[in-house]
Amino acid sequence: MGGIFVIVEHRQGKLRDITLEMLAKANELSRESSQGVTAVVLSAGDAEFMDDLQSRAARVIAVQDDRLREYNVDDYRAILVPLFQEERPLLTLMGHTPWGMDLAPALAVRTGYPLATDCVAVDWENGVPVVVRSIFNGKLFSRVSFHESVGYLITVRPGAFSAEFTAGETGGLVSRQLPADLPESRKQFLEFVDTGVGEVDITQADFLVSVGRGIGESDNLGVVQELAEMLGGVLSCSRPVVDKNWLPKYHQVGTSGKSVKPKVYLALGISGAFQHVAGISGAGTVVAVNKDKKAPIFRVADYGVVEDLFVVVQALKEKVGG
Amino acid sequence: MNIVVCVKRVPMTQEVDLRISEDKKEVRKDNLAWVVNDWDNYAIEEAVRITESSGGTVTAVTVGAEDDEEVLRRALAMGADRAIRIDPGELELDPWVLSGLLAGAIRDLAPDLILTGVQAEDDNHGAVGAILAERLDVAHASVVNGIELEQGKAIIHVELEGGMDEVSIIGLPVLLTVQSGINEPRYVSVMGIRKARKKELRVIRATELGLSSEDRTPRTQIQEIFFPPETGGAEIIEGDASTIAEAILGILKEKGVNV
Repeated sequence: MGGIFVIVEHRQGKLRDITLEMLAKANELSRESSQGVTAVVLSAGDAEFMDDLQSRAARVIAVQDDRLREYNVDDYRAILVPLFQEERPLLTLMGHTPWGMDLAPALAVRTGYPLATDCVAVDWENGVPVVVRSIFNGKLFSRVSFHESVGYLITVRPGAFSAEFTAGETGGLVSRQLPADLPESRKQFLEFVDTGVGEVDITQADFLVSVGRGIGESDNLGVVQELAEMLGGVLSCSRPVVDKNWLPKYHQVGTSGKSVKPKVYLALGISGAFQHVAGISGAGTVVAVNKDKKAPIFRVADYGVVEDLFVVVQALKEKVGG
Repeated sequence: MNIVVCVKRVPMTQEVDLRISEDKKEVRKDNLAWVVNDWDNYAIEEAVRITESSGGTVTAVTVGAEDDEEVLRRALAMGADRAIRIDPGELELDPWVLSGLLAGAIRDLAPDLILTGVQAEDDNHGAVGAILAERLDVAHASVVNGIELEQGKAIIHVELEGGMDEVSIIGLPVLLTVQSGINEPRYVSVMGIRKARKKELRVIRATELGLSSEDRTPRTQIQEIFFPPETGGAEIIEGDASTIAEAILGILKEKGVNV
């Protein structure tokens, strides 16, 4: 009983990066305590990542059936809750992803275990986990403890932990059958759709001029578009600009948009929410311009300018326009 | 179509100096401006659009004190039909307790559809909606950016990563946590505000909900709130606009970008 569980997130035959990050962290937590690591995977029988999983966890519990090809909260709940009741894992990690945000609350209610979400740090304190999560859109951190329980659930922010893995104890695949009486799910998967395709591929640009909420209104895009053209850059943006329909989705940088790796990323009026920052982790140099000196973007940028973006845009145009 | 939308009043987080309380367990609220949680605007708009096209009613629900009625009035001005404020009294609110209060008030309304935002801008849990669904024993889906209703079911788009959407059919009753960008929330008109004043806004006290001791007990506790470490931050470019522009162009040149 006890131990650290990692619920494996996978899609279209591949393990998601968050799974590798969680397994690495789980192994680190395991070394700091006497808790073994178990990867719990629900998937179709033809999954090709089983060896990879076995190399990253002391034990893999697998339930494999074609019915489990896609994630489904009803199926996962029906299989995992009895498993938890049997195994009573001390700490369970899931990704803070659309999938994990959907599943973790359901498990929390059915098991009665407390849940902390979007954790960026987790440590042991007297044998129980304590976590750190960010609040106020990234401006503050909060250290959170749990009400006493036999088990604790957390969702982990993608990218918070490194996926780099020092092989500890590995091996042990335990296969379990799909429960015979698994009820019909209330949700049926239809298809995946790629909404990010468009006229411009921002992932190929060497230099991105990126706008955020600070642009104020769509009429102001013109002046930044002109600057981008003058500097030989490509226009991109953060989520709020797409939400307001000021630019099409294929311009969006971030977790739900694109990951970009330009030589230079010029962020204008972008606050630096982690979902956006996740999309520029591969950028060479980040230059951020924002009126708000406390904007989280300044924590990750290489260079920062605390100024009205329009003042900077105007000055750049004057210099280059000649 | 009987729709419930859960909404929250939150502090503005942009361009504001956040300060931490003496005991380090809260953010000081005295100097903050308040708004409707961004995601909830989209949820209200979606609910109102659905009833505008297929009939039904929208009930906006919030947990809070009298000041929080402001977000209910905005929801009513946008087209919600009635509102409920659940007064939590002295209860300490974490996602568990919050969802219990919401469940207590919503259960008897027996809605076909419950909409919440994906998360709140202050606590950023992204959990209350799904926990609420589970406690009400209704189906749920999280991070939804498209909803089409059909005969007792909803075709939904769940927003995954990298521009990928997952399309599914889910049976009603259902709770959906709504992602920003699902629609364009309407502006609140003067007419809307006027009409809102005549709509029902009911207050339910937590004590009326028959909550158990377990319902009233938070499952997580904030030990300390602190500012992220300043380490490894950006090198700030100082000077007037001309100096700054010069510096940026210098960086572009240095990094091999052809201007």
